[in-house]
Amino acid sequence: MARELRRKTPEEALRECQAEEAVAHKGHLKIFLGYASGVGKSFRMLDEARRRHERGEDVVVGAVQPHVPPEVEPIIRKLEVIPLRTVGNGTAIDVDAVIARHPSVCVVDGLAYNNPPGLRNPTRWQDVRDLLEAGIHVIASINVQYVAELREQVKAITRKHVDQTVPLAFIQDADEIEIVDAPSVEPMEHSPDEQLQAPEYEERLSKLRELALVVTADVVDHQLNEYLECHGIQQNFGAHERILVCITPRANMQEMMEIAQMVAKRFHGELMVAYVKQPNISAADQSALDARLAIANAAGAHVEVLEGDDPAATLLEFARSRGITQLFVGHSQRTGLARLRGSPLDKLIWEGHGMDVCVFPQ
Amino acid sequence: MGYAAGVGKTYKMLEEVQELKAAGVDVVIGYFEPHGRKDTIAKTEGIEIIPRRKLDYRDSTFEEMDTGAILARHPQVCVVDEFPHTNVPGSERLKRWEDVEVLRAAGIDVLTTMNIQHLESLNDQIWQISGIRVRETVPDWVVQQADEVVMVDLTPRALLNRLQRGVVYERAKAERALQNFFREQTLAALRELALRQAAYEVEHRMVDEETGASSTDGAAVRPRKQHKILVFVTASPKTAMVVRRAKRVSDFLGAECFAVAVQPSGDLSGLPAADREAVERHLNFARNLRIETRILEGDDVASTLVDFGRRNHVTQIFLTRPRRKAWSPTFSRDPMQRVIDLAKDMQIVIVSDREPLPR
Repeated sequence: MARELRRKTPEEALRECQAEEAVAHKGHLKIFLGYASGVGKSFRMLDEARRRHERGEDVVVGAVQPHVPPEVEPIIRKLEVIPLRTVGNGTAIDVDAVIARHPSVCVVDGLAYNNPPGLRNPTRWQDVRDLLEAGIHVIASINVQYVAELREQVKAITRKHVDQTVPLAFIQDADEIEIVDAPSVEPMEHSPDEQLQAPEYEERLSKLRELALVVTADVVDHQLNEYLECHGIQQNFGAHERILVCITPRANMQEMMEIAQMVAKRFHGELMVAYVKQPNISAADQSALDARLAIANAAGAHVEVLEGDDPAATLLEFARSRGITQLFVGHSQRTGLARLRGSPLDKLIWEGHGMDVCVFPQ
Repeated sequence: MGYAAGVGKTYKMLEEVQELKAAGVDVVIGYFEPHGRKDTIAKTEGIEIIPRRKLDYRDSTFEEMDTGAILARHPQVCVVDEFPHTNVPGSERLKRWEDVEVLRAAGIDVLTTMNIQHLESLNDQIWQISGIRVRETVPDWVVQQADEVVMVDLTPRALLNRLQRGVVYERAKAERALQNFFREQTLAALRELALRQAAYEVEHRMVDEETGASSTDGAAVRPRKQHKILVFVTASPKTAMVVRRAKRVSDFLGAECFAVAVQPSGDLSGLPAADREAVERHLNFARNLRIETRILEGDDVASTLVDFGRRNHVTQIFLTRPRRKAWSPTFSRDPMQRVIDLAKDMQIVIVSDREPLPR
């Protein structure tokens, strides 16, 4: 997760700001994300459609689920519905009909369906992309299980493989995402399957729920950073814990990495590792360093090799540019006269404003 | 749990109340703050409201939840809006969350609302994000005692629309709000914090239920060794910040947490009055967050602290940033610097100020 949603470099952000301006005529996408059926996504989404309709917006329903919950039915009756197309055994949004009708807002319940073969797009989210390109706003719903990049994580929780998915990038690029949260017992009350009323099922739901909350937080973080960068605001809010482990060829990396990984996991944070290139290092140090960088890579950390004359200043500059909240570094080995003017560690401690500096035994 | 006024917490809570009532549950409203919001007020229809208690304080009359009347009525479920509220002086309890504890102790289930900015351990981060020092806080352990925490979400854009339409506040207040707290980036950051906190609350409850067994997919990884966090308490005003951060980290890591002050006499009598008062206040603050506190005796403050840490198998010491000495860290007498130099076998965490951007 952390690696896919890492903070962007300023150049990437600038490119995206420019790209955004170029597509100002595109429709807005708002996604309601839930963690299971029965949490009330369809209701929340259609309730918003109803309110917009009552405020005078031109709203149509482009797709509803095959089984509509009872509290949703009266809302659908108030709205204009463009029926799904039936092709063979499958159904799909009638994209041409929606584009011809050209409403202001189109409601799409269930973003992750695959279309039957022979249509303009293989999947429903691509249909939605076409509607957006045509300048139609879309409000849509999806369960966290159907995010492509989360498939493995979801499979570990549910032991089920899903083959209809939506790419994370499509969800990240939505203009708005809103989570529909509910206690884990609520979907159970709506579950038609009696066998699933067990404690394991509740735990499974809790894990999906946690995943949905974290994914939403990551998307919000991504959008927040984009907003800050587009508006040239240099501010680190620290809402997402970002840990930077600073290594040297001699650093005792094992404990630092173990704790860094645990902290990152517990805070749902992001883990980075940085090394400031040192001139003329020995062959032994170089191979020790390579081994450490390999450990960092294997741990799934984003690894950065930096260059600069002043190691402490270089690390701090990098840390600030990436919104680091916790800087991990080894205790200084220097003593006595060598420390008269302060070691690089002393500088990190004195000047590491805005981030906690965690100093580890060597 | 929400992230700002107007996201729909009370509305969502009352929706649930209507469902409970329809299912035959005996539910009452113990305290409700209408804020003149029509949709929300409509949701109270048909629900019994326990009248508020009137209290006089400094020539004004205040209204508070009537906890005694709710206890006498003893419903199955009681709705209590605005959990972090501070009661007017003269009330039986200082905080509304303490009233809620009383209701729960009597076997009454409670539904309540709060925003993320009132969580004690996030106070400095909220200050950093919003430039506002929230005074009404709820200790984290109180929220952890809740059986369920549900996130009430709304996108900042939708919230700003509501504010502009006058749904949240009347016009003058809405305009002030838009210029201060309700800026898009502030709202987004608060929302992110709330989502992450909600995820933590869900995970925390699962780990508890598993009674320490590690889960199959590793989502709830237990620390391999038990962490113990030691907070160095001094008279410095930054101590509260260190205590909050240490508590938050220890909660997330499942670690134990101690807060310790060091004095040559073993008590605080040798200190100037202002410092003594400050250290006492900080120790009290730590105790209110359910951190165990100690005052150690020792002439050499730094080595006494580090020795205590070693004897008690402390893994991490939390400190404020040492004062920078222009000439040398080696001969520094700053106790923070000395702890760093003495405790090379331990993890030291120097907690940073979290400052908002100047406007």
